[in-house]
Amino acid sequence: MDTYEESLPSSGRIQMFRKGMAAGSPIILGYIPIALTYGVLAYQAGLSLWELTFMSIAVFAGAAQFLGVSMIAAGVTAAEIIIAVFVLNFRHFVMSLSFVNQIQAEGKKKQFPLTLLLTDETFAMSSIHKREANKVDAFWFYGGIMIAAYSSWVLGSLAGGLLGNVMPPSLSDSMGIALYAMFIGLLVPSMKNSLAVTGIALTAMAINSLGQWAGMTSGWAIVAGTILGGALGIFVLPDEEGEE
Amino acid sequence: MMLWTIVGMALVTAVPRVVPVFIMEKLNLPGWGRKWLAAIPYAALGALIIPGIFTVIEGQPWIGMAGGGAALTVAWLRAPIMVVVLVAIAIVFILNGFQSL
Repeated sequence: MDTYEESLPSSGRIQMFRKGMAAGSPIILGYIPIALTYGVLAYQAGLSLWELTFMSIAVFAGAAQFLGVSMIAAGVTAAEIIIAVFVLNFRHFVMSLSFVNQIQAEGKKKQFPLTLLLTDETFAMSSIHKREANKVDAFWFYGGIMIAAYSSWVLGSLAGGLLGNVMPPSLSDSMGIALYAMFIGLLVPSMKNSLAVTGIALTAMAINSLGQWAGMTSGWAIVAGTILGGALGIFVLPDEEGEE
Repeated sequence: MMLWTIVGMALVTAVPRVVPVFIMEKLNLPGWGRKWLAAIPYAALGALIIPGIFTVIEGQPWIGMAGGGAALTVAWLRAPIMVVVLVAIAIVFILNGFQSL
């Protein structure tokens, strides 16, 4: 617990943590309706309140949890479920490589808990806030983003299981655009300043679309789009970009 | 049984997330490798937006496109992310509402 005395010398940390929470607030808005829906579906699939909440605490991956719950409901074996989840979430390996490279100054003890909470959304938000990586107490800034996302996901799941469909479906469906809009909001300022960034993003979009159209699972198609789109960066990004 | 399914899901999700912490130093990446990693966020954002945004409202890709177009416009005008998100939600809510009238 933070007492007043303890908080005095570490006010920088608290300030950075708050900044991180503020940066993470759009993720909260996007996660709440999805977490509520997950809680409802998981409960209907036969998971107990404690099981569905534990899954959010232990897994913390939206799409994988929806997939897991639908497979549990369909009576698929545990091994098949676990393999499917691995494939779907493998994209986080590529994102984590990029994120660890960004926060190299932090040391493994701080990198480890941050990467554990890496999702598409926390990665996207953290990686666009590149400048914070070089600041003192960068860990607390990124930690703020992660904790904002994680706590809303876990509490939203619990609320969904506990309360059922509290949100009108028309609103909850419409809020499905939230995370896409957030990704657009994160990407557009970088695209405006750089033709290279625009090319990288468009290439990844095209490869992902092509892959899914050709029958790849969305997990592998996103990995392919991310790796190959990123590879274009080797040729089009200016030399300083990697160092900054 | 359910517990072990969840623990298995957690393990195969966590391992790819944390492995980079332990291999990054050993990779000793050359300059082009770091450039590749620096480009990953933009590529990931692209792949996360398209084609997923077309299925926000199932069977009606144009609603997702309209919401995305609104987000793009507002973001272009330098609005904060939260405003971008709220505008997109409002557009989709209105269009989706008209559909169900």
